[in-house]
Amino acid sequence: MSDITPEIVAEHGLKADEYQRILEILGRAPNLLELGIFSVMWSEHCSYKSSKVWLKTLPTTGDCVIHGPGENAGVVHIGDGLAAIFKMESHNHPSFIEPYQGAATGVGGILRDVFTMGARPVANLNALRFGDPEHPKTRRLLAGVVAGIGGYGNCVGVPTVGGEVNFDPGYNGNILVNAMTVGIAQTDRIFTSQASGAGNPIVYVGSKTGRDGIHGATMASAEFAEGTEEKRPSVQVGDPFTEKLLIEACLELMETDAIVAIQDMGAAGLTSSSFEMASKGGLGVELALDKVPCRETGMTPYEMMLSESQERMLMVLKPSREGLARRVFEKWDLDFAVIGRLTDSGRMVLTLNGETVGDLPIDPLAQASPEYERPWEATTPRAEIEPAEVPPPADVGQALVTLLGAPDLCSRRWIWEQYDHMVMADTVGRPGGDAAVVRIHGSNRALAMTTDCTPRYCLADPERGGAQAVAEAWRNLTAVGARPLAVTDNLNFGNPERPAIMGQFVGCIKGIGAACRALDFPVVSGNVSLYNETNGEGIPPTPTIGAVGLIDDLEATATIAFKTAGEAIVLIGETTGHLGASLYLREIADRRDGAPPPVDLAAEKRAGDLVRGLIARRAVTACHDLSDGGLAVAVAEMALAGNLGAAVEQPNGGPPLHAWLFGEDQARYLVTAPAAGAVLEAARQAGVAAVCIGETGGSGLTLPGADTISLSTLRAAHEGWMPAYMGAREPARKLG
Amino acid sequence: MKAAVIIFPGSNCDRDVTVALRQSMRAAGGRTAEPTLVWHKEADFPAVDLIVLPGGFSYGDYLRSGAMAAHSPVMTEVARRAGRGVPVIGICNGFQILTEAGLLPGALMRNAGLRYVCKDVHILVESSQTVFTNKYETGQTLRIPVAHHDGNYFADDDGLARLEDHGQIAFRYCDDDGALSAAANPNGSTHNIAGIFNETKTVLGMMPHPERLADAQLGGTDGRPLFDGLVEALS
Repeated sequence: MSDITPEIVAEHGLKADEYQRILEILGRAPNLLELGIFSVMWSEHCSYKSSKVWLKTLPTTGDCVIHGPGENAGVVHIGDGLAAIFKMESHNHPSFIEPYQGAATGVGGILRDVFTMGARPVANLNALRFGDPEHPKTRRLLAGVVAGIGGYGNCVGVPTVGGEVNFDPGYNGNILVNAMTVGIAQTDRIFTSQASGAGNPIVYVGSKTGRDGIHGATMASAEFAEGTEEKRPSVQVGDPFTEKLLIEACLELMETDAIVAIQDMGAAGLTSSSFEMASKGGLGVELALDKVPCRETGMTPYEMMLSESQERMLMVLKPSREGLARRVFEKWDLDFAVIGRLTDSGRMVLTLNGETVGDLPIDPLAQASPEYERPWEATTPRAEIEPAEVPPPADVGQALVTLLGAPDLCSRRWIWEQYDHMVMADTVGRPGGDAAVVRIHGSNRALAMTTDCTPRYCLADPERGGAQAVAEAWRNLTAVGARPLAVTDNLNFGNPERPAIMGQFVGCIKGIGAACRALDFPVVSGNVSLYNETNGEGIPPTPTIGAVGLIDDLEATATIAFKTAGEAIVLIGETTGHLGASLYLREIADRRDGAPPPVDLAAEKRAGDLVRGLIARRAVTACHDLSDGGLAVAVAEMALAGNLGAAVEQPNGGPPLHAWLFGEDQARYLVTAPAAGAVLEAARQAGVAAVCIGETGGSGLTLPGADTISLSTLRAAHEGWMPAYMGAREPARKLG
Repeated sequence: MKAAVIIFPGSNCDRDVTVALRQSMRAAGGRTAEPTLVWHKEADFPAVDLIVLPGGFSYGDYLRSGAMAAHSPVMTEVARRAGRGVPVIGICNGFQILTEAGLLPGALMRNAGLRYVCKDVHILVESSQTVFTNKYETGQTLRIPVAHHDGNYFADDDGLARLEDHGQIAFRYCDDDGALSAAANPNGSTHNIAGIFNETKTVLGMMPHPERLADAQLGGTDGRPLFDGLVEALS
């Protein structure tokens, strides 16, 4: 009966040995529908076959954790009977091919992962990486991705409150779009995908199924080559209006006791959602595909099972609640169809008009998918660079202006003003700070959230880079006064079949694991995106960390803005002037070498705990973590945010001036206080280095060894680059 | 005061405006401190003193913004009550719906910059002599956020002359000193118009979101007097 040729197997992205395994599991050759189902279930995207063995090494438990990895999203306690539910997911491949729809559906998909579990989404974030600004595609990709994220998030009415952007030639052929959603649920009303009760109806709700997105998961598991744009039909089209209705209808039904299990149809659509529910429940499933609401006539079972049409959910209901559920979805004008039932056969049986068109065992497919221990080569460590080896700039002030206007550091206002970041009226900390702060509705408490990764560190030293991404996220939450709770990781890498790339992956995982353990910051959800590679060139390793923290009292938080003239500026943490792999080195000295800054996790913890305590006691009036561009950039950002200048002096001793100003040593913060004494004393007791470096005041920034630079000059540099670049009113500058 | 907040499919500021109304109603010590939520399919709803059309993306705004919602069953009743003088306020998408329904003149076109824009802007209060603006001073400058893709107000010359002559301009975009300028106009609206009244000043449409800055914790309270004023005038 089978006409499956080796070519068809290869077109489905399955290796010869994987096909052999299919033959063994089935005891016969699959038909095309069955082969298609295997191919998506065993795609890297759905099966994590290259990464699973390493993901298991990450810490996933902690006092706050309710559900770690394995569910649609991670779930953590936030007190008062509430839970934060969050996850980050990539939509890289589709966004490169069709930036608007690729990014939009990335937002839609991650929203569904969160409200599937019973949470009302309260915030979106996104971490974006683009190629060289001079690359001919970059401007169009940036414009399309931002419009797509805004188009979707704005319409569904969930504020987009934060994120990050980098530009690097390493992303010329593979941009990264990592979208994160944070939701809030009651801890006693959390829903999972674990089906139970043979005989219970399986219900399809949401949009109709079309021919879009077929094999999206497979596409996301392969490298790009010439002609990739021809894959455009594999990109799904988003309908945020239907998503909004789906959110409201699902949350309304979740108020009742109707739902046994619920799973969104994401990658690999109906296939993966039905397998997942049955597999977790140890059950079987029968689906009558003629009952599936279809957008077009004549769709084949293969197309229905592999479609990635958006805004669809699969639910198992209590039989007695079918009528109630139908009324809710009809109120919201959404499709509602009973398309099958659970069985105790342990098999998936697919029928069309009564005729069996596919019959597969569930467990071997869903749980016994291939798992590889891919060979890996550790990345060769780079030499450390001594601060004195790096020449000082001709003009310290001009170096600061250049850095503030660099593509990787300039203001992202052009982006975030296209996102509704205030809808739901709980956004306390808007974009532009260290972490976004979103009030828990109706309370005086809030969630803080951030996304972080420094790909140039990860490229230079994956292990340090992985640890640094976690440390920076932890620091950003701390800097607004939040207690860091947990992280979601979105691991973007090249082709794992190459040992050097696999080595980057392994290194980053080791660093992330070490940092999460040391900072008591478990990984509760995540996503892996491999094969971000074009014509054999992999992206810089980019393990994006999304993190959530809790603010217990909104009256005791901090922002980066200078508040009052005459306040002391205190630098917390050790400064050695580390310039390896720094932005200064790249943008001013035109060098991309050197080891990234070491991450001393014990020092990180000491400094963070000190700062969080100071904010809680309201002993500081502003706080900012130090990262890209170091101390000078941090001072400038605080001055610009507060529209208030400062004068800074370097204490005696220490590194050369330019290394002191622009070095990127970790575990550091800047705070302001009416007087330095209490802060310095608290630091001394905590065993953390701290020194008063200057005073707020005036309308300019005075750095040692430089003339005062007016805030308007700094602002023009900081705010100017992106609007000018996107408006193409002047030629784009090349990355150093 | 009794208030109804109309919910269309795709409304997404219904909760925000309900929170702001509730806050002002409670502060005034009213007995009915809870706005009534009205689903758009309802052809009738209880008698109220104020009708609110909230922001959002009704029907996804896949057609012209507000064009589908203007034909929802509930809008017949909203129009009837507006005709009887019941105050109606439409914010953002609500403003777009009011123009599409013909309850306010003119149209809201795509922003001149062609992009969605979400940021705080300043607006000038043109008249304090209305049920909506009685807690403001004429000439007062407010800081209120906008968040829209289609806020570029347009009316033909005759229509504009009528609005100006009858004092129907409610708010204009201005800089933080109250000066009108092109730079202060976030969307290209003609005459910097941010909000307008009907002739009897009982229907207000405005693009800025007063409900988003009616709470000090969110960074400002310039929107709050609008709700306080409505509660006071209609209680």
